[in-house]
Formats: sequence, C-alpha cells, structure tokens
Amino acid sequence: METPNSTGDRIAQYLKDGKRFDGRKPGEFREIFVETGVSKKAEGSARVRIGKTEVIVGVKMDVGAPYPDSPNKGNLMVTSELLPLSSSRFESGPPKFPAIELGRLVDRGIRESKFVDFKKLCIKEGEKVWTVFVDIYTINHDGNLLDAAAIGALVALKTAKIPKYDGETGKVIYGEYGDEMMPVSKEIPIVTTVHRIGDSILVDPTLEEEDISEARVTIGGSCEGKVFSMQKGDSGDLSIEEMHKILELSENVRKEVFSKIDKFFK
Amino acid sequence: MAKDFKRPDGRGVEDIRPMKAEVGVVPNADGSAMFSFGNTIAIAAVYGPKKMHPQHQQDPKKGTLRCNYNMISFSVTDRIRPGPSRRSTEISKITEWALEPVLMIKNYQNMVIDVHINIIQADASTRCAGINAAALALAHAGIPMRDIVSSVSIGKLDKQLVVDVDKDEEDWEEGEGATDIPITMTSSERLTHIQLDGKISNDELKQVLELAKKATKKVYEVQKKALKESLEVKE
Repeated sequence: METPNSTGDRIAQYLKDGKRFDGRKPGEFREIFVETGVSKKAEGSARVRIGKTEVIVGVKMDVGAPYPDSPNKGNLMVTSELLPLSSSRFESGPPKFPAIELGRLVDRGIRESKFVDFKKLCIKEGEKVWTVFVDIYTINHDGNLLDAAAIGALVALKTAKIPKYDGETGKVIYGEYGDEMMPVSKEIPIVTTVHRIGDSILVDPTLEEEDISEARVTIGGSCEGKVFSMQKGDSGDLSIEEMHKILELSENVRKEVFSKIDKFFK
Repeated sequence: MAKDFKRPDGRGVEDIRPMKAEVGVVPNADGSAMFSFGNTIAIAAVYGPKKMHPQHQQDPKKGTLRCNYNMISFSVTDRIRPGPSRRSTEISKITEWALEPVLMIKNYQNMVIDVHINIIQADASTRCAGINAAALALAHAGIPMRDIVSSVSIGKLDKQLVVDVDKDEEDWEEGEGATDIPITMTSSERLTHIQLDGKISNDELKQVLELAKKATKKVYEVQKKALKESLEVKE
C-alpha cells in the first residue's frame, strides 16, 4: 500500500524481463543469516536475517494439562508480535490479522510436518505434558517476515533444551537443564512463500515487491518432495498452470533454503 | 486409485455429500443463503454496500469486502466458546480472499459489504460450505460479480484421494493419516483459495487440482439452481 504506484509499475515491468531491482532472479532468495542463543533465558532461540529483514524467535516451555483430544502429547503455541520497533507500519495494541496469520502459518508448518515429536513431551498421560511456546518478534521488516520466522522457529526448536522438572512439587526449574533436548526429527521441514505479480512468479520479496504482490502461496514441506501445509493469501487468483509452476518452484526453493541453513542442524 | 476403497459413510471417492442450497434465508439481510454438505450447514447474510464506519477504514480506491466467519457454540461436540478465535479470524480473511477476485466493487469507494457467515452444524468442510453460502448471498444481494466461486475440500486418506471430507475422514489415522485440502475455484477454473494440512507429494497435488476442478463444477450447478429458483415467480 505504501509503495508508490510508479515504483510498483517499474517492479512489475522489470519482472516481465525476469529482473529485480536488487539483481536477483525471480526464484532466488536473499542472503540468509542465522544466529542461535539470542537470549540465555529462553530454552532455545534464534535470530534470522534475510537481506534486511530480521526476526528473533524464542522457545519457552512450561508444564500444563494436555488438550482433551491429545492426552498423551505435548502442546504447541506459536504467537507472533509485529513490533512497532520494526516498521512504521506496525502499531501497538492487540494482535491484528497479519500477526495472527504469521503465527498460525508457522504453527502449521511445524505441527503438520511432525518436526517435534510431541508424544515424547508427555510427562503423565492425561495430566501433565510440556507446552512449547514459540514466540516470534520482528526486528526489521523488509518483506518476507514469514519465511524468516519459519526458519527461526526451526532453529530455535532444534537448539532448545528441556528444563528440569520437579515431579513432586510440579514445578519447572527454569535455568537448570539436563541433557534432554527438544525431540525433533532429522527431516527438516521448510516453509516458503511464492508470490505472483502480473504473470511473474517470485520468491522472497522485498517490502516493495510484497506490496504489489497480487497472490501468494505459502507452502511447508520437506526437501524430499513432500508438502505438509499450504495456504493461499491475498485477493488475486491463480490459474491451475500457475499453481503447478508454484508447486515446482517451491520444491526447488526449499532445497536452496535448506542448503543455506543446513549447518545449523548438524 | 483403488476402486474398492471404503469411505466411512460408504460414499464413492468422488462423491460429494448431498448438497442443499437456498437463498433468502434471512429476510432482513440485503442478500442471504444457506449451503450444506450433508451435516455441515452454513448460513450467510450480506449487509451493504453501505458507508464504511469508522471513517478511517474507508478505502477511497475501491469498496471493501468484510467477512466474518463464526461457529455457533453448539455446532460441534465440545461447545465452542463464543467470540472470535485465531482460527475464525483466519478463516474470515481466507473467505474474503476467496471471494474478492469475482467481485466488481471497484466503484463502491468508501463503502463496505459485510458478509456474516455462521456455521449452524459442523461435520468438517465448514469453511467450504461458508464460502459457497457467502458467494450465493452476495449474488442474491445483487452485488456485481464477474463469476461465482465454488468451494470443496479434497482429502487424502492414507493414499486415497477423496472429495468432500467429513469429520470421520478428517480424523483418519490409518496409514499416512488424513490430508485436508479445501479449495475454491471460479466457474472458469481460476483458483481463489487453497489450504492444506497433512502430507502429500507434488504429483498427488496435481491430481487434487483436477479433482477439485470437477467437484467445484458440481457445487456450481447446485448454486446456480438455487439462484434461478429464487427468481421464479411463485403463484
């Protein structure tokens, strides 16, 4: 909305020739930078930068009651805050739709891929299970917060240690850890978003590109070609051929992103 | 695809549950409709176009579509706490995005069209029933539209693709479990909405799109019939 029409028109014109302002190809990501251990108070945390976009993600854990429909599984809660600090577009106050959407898309990316083995987070069936809180905070918004947040959530979970729990008092001893790490799978699910601008299809938009995006599809999946979660966003439509292209591009991009963040999973 | 695959309720893999559609179910509204897939029943009412309040939400470039999806507290087995949730907020927005591509509301500057969708009885695929009812209600309200949208959920139960997922199928746990893929298309085969939860390959997804193409045509016929019937003069 806040990108002037003249800029938007030029972006679209460039894309017709397969070009972007920053010299990237339409299917190419910006540099991805990942750092772990952002907060010592968190069970696990990560900072992710994609170009100028930056988010921090932290994992906190607590013991609580399981949901009635999953008495032997731990709980997952993903929330996000679009901090006013990170962009003049964000205002303080109760979460609006974009913050809810960000949290839910990351939530489903983790949940549906079975990245965390929630059965191992059960302490006593039907009574006590671990709840895993994944909290996402934006630090600088230059487009594609979602993909950055999803990477951050993966790395934060992967590096998270489970705090000690005193079964007698029923209290979590925060700050004291045993050897127990978050039970995560070897297969790393990646969540990426593909955008359509005019007839062009691209990934990892900058803020300006994101502003003129007509439709987007967020796809979570493995590098082995499986898709676990998907959601189309924005009010543009897509032809079935475009959807085929998006599915194929997304599969390639998952591999590219994985190769860039692979070292954090070793 | 296995032909001998048994769905919990005995349907064929491409069978949609019995559909019902009716327009004009809320006399007060400017347009309204009911749409059901078997035991999943949605009603939708349209109010507007009317002036957008508060004023700062007005869009001087085009009209605004505002959808509100809500599940009635007793529509499901475990009572739902009344009021908006993160899930309902997301479905409301998804519904707006599914409908907007066919609405011609460029000339309704500073105005809003409110669409209220309520799920009276839920047996999975509620967002699809809601979108179908909303599309009918918008047409019934006389909002200019270049097409209508039709929505259906495609499921993958273990390795079998099925059309129109019900609650028993949504909770499928055998083999690869259940993958739920609600899809909305225009009658000219443009995709306006797709979501997915589960596990599936790209090749299977291409088959899903083909199934959705066929299934949304069937939904479209039911919607068209309901709209035509509403225009017939009753003796």
